[in-house]
Amino acid sequence: MLLTITTTASSTAPATDLGFLLHKHPDKVQSFEQSFGTAHVFYPEATEERCTAALLLEVDPQSLLRTRASVRTPDFSLAQYVNDRPYATSSLFTVALGQVLRTALRGRCAQRPELARTPIPLELSLPAVPCRPGPEKARALFEPLGWRVRAEPVPLDPELPGWGDSHYLSLTLTGTLRLSDALSHLYVLLPAMDSSKKHYWMDETEVDKLLRAGGVDDEDGHGWLAEHPERTWITRRYLDRRERYVRTALGRLMEVDDTPEGEADDPAVEESSTTPHLEERGADLAEQRVGAVLAVLNAERVGSVIDLGCGGGKLLESLVKEPTLGRVSGVDVDIDSLEHAHRATCRGCAPSGKGHRTDLFEEQSTTDGQRPRPDLFVGSVLYRDRRFADHDAAVLMEVVEHIDPSRLAAMEDVVFSGAAPRVVVITTPNAEYNTHYEGLEEGAFRHSDHRFEWTRAEFARWADRVADTHGYQVRHLPVGEEEPDTGAPTQMGVFTK
Amino acid sequence: MSATEKTETDVSRVLGVPRMGLVLLVGVSGAGKSTFAAQHFLPTQVIGSDECRGMVSDDPNDQSASSDAFALMRTIIDVRLRRGLLTVVDATNVQRRAREELVRVAKDNNVLTTAIVLDVPAAVAVERNRQRTERNFGDHVIHRQRRDLKGSLKRLQREGIRKVHVLRGQEEIDRAVIELERPWPDKRELHGPFDIIGDVHGCRSELETLLDDLGYALTRDDQGRPVDAHHPEGRTAVFVGDLVDRGPDSPGVLRLVMGMVEAGNALCVPGNHENKLVRALKGATVRVSHGLGETLEQLDQETDTFREQVLAFCDGLVSHLVLDDGELVVAHAGLKEEYHMRASGRVRSFALYGDTTGETDEYGLPIRLPWARDYRGRAAVVYGHTPIDKAEWINNTLCLDTGCVFGGRLTALRYPEREIVDVAAERTWYEPVRPTADTAPSELEHRAPAAVNITDVGIGGPRPGLFVDTPDGVVRTDPGNTLAALEVMSRFAVDPRWLLHLPATMAPAPTAADPSLLEHPAEAFTSYLGSGVGQVMCQEKHMGSRAVAVLCRDAAAAERRFVPGELGMVFTRTGRPFFSDPGLQTELIDQLRQAVTDAGLWDRLGTDWVALDGELMPWSAKARTLIRDQYASVGAAARSALPAAGRALASAAARGMDVDRLKSLVARRTDQMEEFSHVYRRYSWDTDGITGLRFAPFTVLASEGREYTEADHVWHMAIAERLTEASELIHPTRHLVVDTTDPAACEAATDWWTDLVSEGGEGMVVKPLLGARARGRKSLALPGLKVRGPEYLRIIYGADYPERLEALKERNLGRKRGLAMREHKLGLESLARHARKEPLWRVHEPVFALLALETEPVDPRL
Repeated sequence: MLLTITTTASSTAPATDLGFLLHKHPDKVQSFEQSFGTAHVFYPEATEERCTAALLLEVDPQSLLRTRASVRTPDFSLAQYVNDRPYATSSLFTVALGQVLRTALRGRCAQRPELARTPIPLELSLPAVPCRPGPEKARALFEPLGWRVRAEPVPLDPELPGWGDSHYLSLTLTGTLRLSDALSHLYVLLPAMDSSKKHYWMDETEVDKLLRAGGVDDEDGHGWLAEHPERTWITRRYLDRRERYVRTALGRLMEVDDTPEGEADDPAVEESSTTPHLEERGADLAEQRVGAVLAVLNAERVGSVIDLGCGGGKLLESLVKEPTLGRVSGVDVDIDSLEHAHRATCRGCAPSGKGHRTDLFEEQSTTDGQRPRPDLFVGSVLYRDRRFADHDAAVLMEVVEHIDPSRLAAMEDVVFSGAAPRVVVITTPNAEYNTHYEGLEEGAFRHSDHRFEWTRAEFARWADRVADTHGYQVRHLPVGEEEPDTGAPTQMGVFTK
Repeated sequence: MSATEKTETDVSRVLGVPRMGLVLLVGVSGAGKSTFAAQHFLPTQVIGSDECRGMVSDDPNDQSASSDAFALMRTIIDVRLRRGLLTVVDATNVQRRAREELVRVAKDNNVLTTAIVLDVPAAVAVERNRQRTERNFGDHVIHRQRRDLKGSLKRLQREGIRKVHVLRGQEEIDRAVIELERPWPDKRELHGPFDIIGDVHGCRSELETLLDDLGYALTRDDQGRPVDAHHPEGRTAVFVGDLVDRGPDSPGVLRLVMGMVEAGNALCVPGNHENKLVRALKGATVRVSHGLGETLEQLDQETDTFREQVLAFCDGLVSHLVLDDGELVVAHAGLKEEYHMRASGRVRSFALYGDTTGETDEYGLPIRLPWARDYRGRAAVVYGHTPIDKAEWINNTLCLDTGCVFGGRLTALRYPEREIVDVAAERTWYEPVRPTADTAPSELEHRAPAAVNITDVGIGGPRPGLFVDTPDGVVRTDPGNTLAALEVMSRFAVDPRWLLHLPATMAPAPTAADPSLLEHPAEAFTSYLGSGVGQVMCQEKHMGSRAVAVLCRDAAAAERRFVPGELGMVFTRTGRPFFSDPGLQTELIDQLRQAVTDAGLWDRLGTDWVALDGELMPWSAKARTLIRDQYASVGAAARSALPAAGRALASAAARGMDVDRLKSLVARRTDQMEEFSHVYRRYSWDTDGITGLRFAPFTVLASEGREYTEADHVWHMAIAERLTEASELIHPTRHLVVDTTDPAACEAATDWWTDLVSEGGEGMVVKPLLGARARGRKSLALPGLKVRGPEYLRIIYGADYPERLEALKERNLGRKRGLAMREHKLGLESLARHARKEPLWRVHEPVFALLALETEPVDPRL
């Protein structure tokens, strides 16, 4: 809602020259219409010695109703009226900053060109900055840029004392910097700290916006973002974790930086993300899982396979490339994941082979008796389904741990009694291995949607009973690098009959 | 055939035709088939090759369209036969290939084919053809067809046509009369009541005891052998077959059952053992095993006459019986729905042996497919054949073979009472090949399934969606919502066996006329008055989280009706477990069960389980994250930002800047945020485990064998009060009965509401006094309308909502009301089905549909 920028006089210029840099006259109250309300710029103080400019954003709640909200979030339109956007430094605020102070952000100043290029003493104050990672993160983000940081957590509610602090910081930054740099820091880091989704649609131009504000195109070379120790984190968060954009942006940053890619992916467990196909850590293990599943299917001479809980199609991508597999099917309860899998795997998947089906759910012609490849459909491992039958093998890769323990019996019935393929492959995390993950609390799960994580003994006990009941043999295989005491990160059970 | 052939010219020639079957008219062009068809059958029953040719070519004579025309005809015939409709084919049918294809369609649909041959002299046919202006294909065609017909006549029956009627000459054709024969299994006119008796296998003594227990009086012959049994109330016994083999006195059982059937006191279907006995008695070579040897030995002691009677009796039994207006089907090994009332070798084989794969298991017994778990028919199917531990309903089917001859029990079902009556075997008469109660796969299938089929929730077909039949109309779900519900059900919901009901969403009262308010009681009263509901009850609306509690007195009740190994479940209105922490959930369930015990409800309701609908408080117990992220966070941001903005504006004002409007805006927002924060704080209090939790039940949903949607709200409130007195955990619901035709009463109720909301309450719900099934003038009434207080609405419409009241008043409630009504119908339906003990998939269907409706994007603030 509010940003104040304070500067003091230097030997060469009075403090009120801030007005020139901002292109806003210190003795005026100026208002700028925005799509979501009005931005006001005024000066609470303006003397030769000390000058403070304030950017105040007045959000019109009614205007927020016009912005598209996802129907799938539980309280989607509740959030339209009851939300923090009028008060917090949200993405709305960043947009206003970019528009109202655009010239200052770019470092242009016709009247005081020299001053714009000169670091000046600055104090920036923001009373409610959303930052779930906490004040430490705020310091880690701003201090490398030359700021002294005061970051005070805002209490959630003084009347609810047991509830602790809110995720807002009252943030004050002090330092001697060019004003344009100071503003570009805010422009990039405020949205990065705010984990809530942007209020507007993300596209490729966001990458340009990020890199420009990060100083990558500056004539004097590197720009601050490329040199920032937290650049990966900043880039991912700024780009809402859209991996494709993140890769593009990081690629361009590294080019500038000219240092070899040494940073691994963010090792921290994704907070509160429930995207089912999001990998919990490292691309490496995911690849190894796919490899292990393929190896097993090969060894069992499987001719057709159904991926139950295929998610975004990680495994399907490899399965469709296997020439030995006649029929490949993928099932998920989540339509969005299936669409994703469809985009990832379909290379002319229409039954006739006549090219790409644009709509996954369009009526499929079955006159020639052929199924599309891969054959994708909405289904659930908790409901008996004839479509699951007629496959040599069923794969449940990282699926069972997303099922509530009380519903495992239904899954068992559907997979082992209903579909009952010759081969069932199940992979699931090995809980014992979790001690090797730094930052994962004792007893915590690798993913917030995991309902349980089994030790090797627990998995074996379950698998043995299931195999026994339904007439299967089961063997267990490790996936990923094994550690002496804890075993491999992923465990795999191969059921055959 | 000979019986139907009469020679007298003045007597009509009666042609028997199965009512459910295919009739082929056979004859050359010009034989008069179309005329014959028009005389004897309905136009819709007759499928003509000429018509089909016309439909696919615009020219009934276009011979090049014949192949497509035949395909169309075949499809129409297939559909009609599948639907059990008599279908007459008006085509020459003189060629074997065409006939065979049609006979195969009939066989695939398990119906019989009849041929009616119209044999007219060639001259007549030729003459008729010459007179046809629209068609003339030359005399040679007729002659060729006659040749084909002649060749066909002898072979028709060998082609699988059950009956062939040959009408020679026009005179015989004119005298023909069609008599439609009902299918043999069709005994729908019999309504019983019935006592259906499981596999007897020669256990005569146990059968006598069972009949005695069932209230039958036995009649004995001069040797003291029972030869009949009669029920004083006129009940009819129905035997599911396998009367003979293995046991000590198969002839005795036959004598009794044959006597009962003859006297009209019993019905009987054949078992596989009778089938084999018939073949043995007819002198065929059969493997004498599975106890047949004992029967043959025992029969050797009997007279020839008796043996002949046995053969005639067993040979004459019809594969299955359809009784009681089609509500009840009895077949020895059960019968899937598409076979009901049908006749074919396949149907008979299914009825006798079940759905077998042809393979055998490790004991040499045939492997049977679990047809019962996929059975979705409306008719109850009662059968025997597979010895099981205990007779249990699975998807409206019941197996009564409890292995009496193996030392188990002889079991009967009283129908329509659906009571089980059984007697223990006097001893083990025959050692089983495999134990009855083992866990061989086929036995697993006899238990209630843990998962329902995806097609039961409207997915897996060409277009997702459910059409749920309720007494108040069909409720439909659209494809997107149906798929979304699958995700919710699979990822978050409790075991569907607990979900006997989900609460419907509730519409607010129509928008208030009062300019300062959004909702007011007056509109709720007027709304009910207008729909013809005179008496309503106002109930205090608690601000917590909706919770349905299913509570069992003991593990047996949970195992019988819900999920084994548990004692209850508390779930949210979207079917999720109320607490994700299982320990907390268990503690809550235990305390609630204790409350029910202490209130004496088990006895009062005569049940060992009960389902309650209510509100669990505080709001923060369930919604802590929501309060934190959605409400308190907004407050926190405002409490930090607004004072800072205020200070900046004050300084600017001191410098003479014109910021008055902004200053007053900030001041106003500050006040509004304080009011806003008051509201969510009021509904948040600390709990420790279940200490501090309160449950306010307002509806008793169901208990064993019944649901309470007919009970009025005074009764529900009385039960709630008993619970309140019994337990600290239970929170009372203040309520008030109001006569909507009495302005003074409405006024008083409005004051009551004003008091509630001014002391911080959320508001109230106005319900028709007569309960959930209360009806208005024309139809079902909305089960409730909520009237929320102006303070509470701050957390719904935002802190600043009083400034936007005018815009908010334009909210459209129509969709919400429509949704509330559809969900209400589904909620009633699932309770009714559960109370009728319908199979899981039937109860799950409306629950799933309700969840699908809940994913519809209707403004959640309403």
